Amino acid sequence: MAKTHVTCTINGEETEFLCDPNQTVLDVLRDDLGLTGSKEGCGSGDCGACSITVDGRLTCSCLMLGPEAEGKSIGTIEGVATGDHLHPVQSQFLKHAALQCGFCTPGLIVATKALLEKHPNPTDEEARYWLAGNLCRCTGYDKILAAVHAAAAEMRGESA
Amino acid sequence: MNDISLKDALKVVGTRPVRPDGVDKVVGRAQFGGDATMPGMIFGATVRSPHAHARIKKINTAKAEALKGVKAVITAADMPEIVSEEAFVGEGPMNFRDLSNNLMARDKVLYDGHVVAAVAASSMSIAKAAAELVEVEYEVLPHVIDEIEAMADGAPVLHDDVFTAGVDPKPTKPSNVAKRVEFAKGDLAAGFAAADKIIERTYKTAPVHQAYIEPHACIAAYNADGQCTVICSSQGQFMVRAYCAKLLGIDISDIRVVPAEIGGGFGGKTLVYLEPLALALSRKAGRPVRMVMDRVDVFRGTGPTSGGTVKVKLGAKKDGTITAADAEIILQAGAYPGSPMGPAAMCCWAMYDIPNARAVGVDVVSNRPKVAAYRAPGAPISTFGTESAVDEMARELGLDPIEMRLKNAAKNGTKALYGPTFQNIGYVETLEAAKAHPNLQAKLGPNQGRGVATGFWFNIGGESSASLAVNEDGTLVLVSGSPDIGGSRASMAMMAAEILGIEVEHIRPIVGDTASVGFTFLTGGSRVTFATGMAVCEATNEVVKQLRGRAAKIWEIDVEAVEWRDGSAYPAGDNAGKFEPLSLADIAAKAARTGGPITAKGAVNAQGAGPGFGTHVVDVEVDPETGHVKVLRYTAVQDVGRAIHPSYVEGQIQGGTVQGIGWALNEEYIYTKDGRLDNASFLDYRVPVASDLPAIDAVLVEVPNPRHPFGAKGVGEVPIVPPMAAVANAICAATGVRMTSLPMSPPKLKAAIDAAGK
Ligand code: FES
Ligand code: FES
Repeated sequence: MAKTHVTCTINGEETEFLCDPNQTVLDVLRDDLGLTGSKEGCGSGDCGACSITVDGRLTCSCLMLGPEAEGKSIGTIEGVATGDHLHPVQSQFLKHAALQCGFCTPGLIVATKALLEKHPNPTDEEARYWLAGNLCRCTGYDKILAAVHAAAAEMRGESA
Repeated sequence: MNDISLKDALKVVGTRPVRPDGVDKVVGRAQFGGDATMPGMIFGATVRSPHAHARIKKINTAKAEALKGVKAVITAADMPEIVSEEAFVGEGPMNFRDLSNNLMARDKVLYDGHVVAAVAASSMSIAKAAAELVEVEYEVLPHVIDEIEAMADGAPVLHDDVFTAGVDPKPTKPSNVAKRVEFAKGDLAAGFAAADKIIERTYKTAPVHQAYIEPHACIAAYNADGQCTVICSSQGQFMVRAYCAKLLGIDISDIRVVPAEIGGGFGGKTLVYLEPLALALSRKAGRPVRMVMDRVDVFRGTGPTSGGTVKVKLGAKKDGTITAADAEIILQAGAYPGSPMGPAAMCCWAMYDIPNARAVGVDVVSNRPKVAAYRAPGAPISTFGTESAVDEMARELGLDPIEMRLKNAAKNGTKALYGPTFQNIGYVETLEAAKAHPNLQAKLGPNQGRGVATGFWFNIGGESSASLAVNEDGTLVLVSGSPDIGGSRASMAMMAAEILGIEVEHIRPIVGDTASVGFTFLTGGSRVTFATGMAVCEATNEVVKQLRGRAAKIWEIDVEAVEWRDGSAYPAGDNAGKFEPLSLADIAAKAARTGGPITAKGAVNAQGAGPGFGTHVVDVEVDPETGHVKVLRYTAVQDVGRAIHPSYVEGQIQGGTVQGIGWALNEEYIYTKDGRLDNASFLDYRVPVASDLPAIDAVLVEVPNPRHPFGAKGVGEVPIVPPMAAVANAICAATGVRMTSLPMSPPKLKAAIDAAGK
């Protein structure tokens, strides 16, 4: 099968890759680009572990084909921190113990960041519905919501 | 510092530092089972049975082998035939032969999804294509899924060498009933005769899956010299090593298992599915093999826990005193014997001091995947029955459910039905704390109801190893053998830091591979903070002793005259004040001149785990039009002994509770008529999502366990025990309808409400 040549931006860096036409962006990221932070929990769009942003929009990378990335700007968990400076969502997840096994965490952080960039001050219900596509089997979500609200406050410039 | 009454003196234990492995996990750098690579690796895939029960007549692998890029194909013929032998490697009963046959079916397939062959190829897509080319000829046999149907005369019998154990006389015919166990005390008949009110009910629970978000994954290399390396996500690297060795006929010393980060287990990663297959493929192909399940394989081929039937008979006096209690718990084992019916029976009445009681467990095989442990294995199923019955009794007698429980509560000195006499337990404290919680003052509206239920889990100890090494600059590396699923590295480092009197950040805790730390039983049974914690404390105390010795040497005084506090050695007694204190860094810097490296090991077979109790109170609102249940408020109180890192203790309680809510309301395995799993995806097997839930208020009660240096008890399993009964009891309070079958999904609840004409 002839491979497709794709040019896109990943975490701000221009990136080229070759992929099978039926290969998902998740597989390209994990297997070909060494970006294993995005996880596969289901491969069917039901768990959110593979969450990325595509031109700013929250997307399941397991549902997007490699060639569809052409010309797009992709954000993954690896691009959330700036150097060794954690994003507020990351530091608040740590502070609030919002992870246990941590497998859902990359997806939840990408999803939370996308939420807060769009809605800087979500209600608890809004946050819970936004994150309903991200399964976490360990935490019961309680501490995740605490972290989301704390990160929102920090990003709004309120003292957390 | 071992005086656990001195909680106020603790500086690290009980605080909430950021976990040491946290940053890796929030930046996406943590390496889970499917993230590891090896040079030259190829990819494995499995071929699975489409039938629930069938004889394998022929397997033809020629076409698969001929496909370009295929490096190896294996079937049971490539695996040693294992004789029947009890294994004490994982959690719960297991037989090496059964596990081997579960990994790779030999003569018969026993469930939809049973592996019959595996292939390895240069890419995942070629491996999958090759798997499709493996031709298997089956003779389809009649199947049975439900445990009651499996016990019936004329049911298809799965194994012709299973004769019910534990019954007298010994059966002469094989059956699907593998075993019966019984725990009894007092005189049941007299107890029921003395009762004013008797309640008799049969409850039913659906099989559910642990549903960890990370599918099983491993990479395995079998080298030309017979040395093997496996990197995988599991609840026990030593468990994986033992199973691989046994099932492939390899010496234990030739296998090194490196624990990857583990993306959830809940008991479901206490046995092997892929690792021996990957090693066998690697042996045949001469290349490292990576195997990663997809979600469908996880649902069809791994885990789940039993569905079951629980028959309860409960007798009480008008004042609420329970006079007799009887329960029979019949659990599906899946394809091979070994359901958790034992612990189910042992736990179901453990919250109560009942003079006349019995609990019977029955282990029944049927055409489902072999069950794996799931958080407090068995107890949530049996307790759904017993705690529903206790609630119904309280309701009938017009008593408050918490008061009813207080009246009959197990206390220190109560002899549990399963044998031991309880000491230092905190059940009553959890009931009292629940009663006092502000959530219980919340007013309830129409269609809303409040439910109470309680639960018990033993918690276990067992073998653990740890080692601690002082670095040249006075920081330390702490190695333990327990895979960290929910933050245990943090609590290990905190206990060591407390003893050393230093900041926790100066200790780097890691999980060792099988070649770098002593044997450690797997992470399960809520044992790590307790047992591995004891090994860590033992190693740390030894390091402190050595540090004092080094200071004594430097000062040329007796070691007895050296005191260790706040991270430094101080001259004590007559020498007090004679020398400047020496910090850990000072002593570390002089280590070469005072005797060499400062290291110590801790190795324990921990006994005396403190049993855990929890009391849950839930408020729900039922939509009578749709049968949908909304959880409004949830209070989960638990005796945790001593919370080392309270955030992660609360997290265990919240996570376990929510799994219980899912079990109560949504989760179930659904089978087609021909025995195929019909909902093998997260779309159709619905675990709770954030928008389904309110805050989960975890309340920690601390009744310390004197057998642990800091008083810790296991905490991970108790919280999944009460929720199903708590939710059922709340639904009954809201609607007057008693649900006796899980899940209490909208169609079922709606039908029950309609039938009751409410
Ligand atoms: S892996 Fe993409 S949603 Fe689950
Ligand atoms: S922390 Fe394990 S799935 Fe979320």
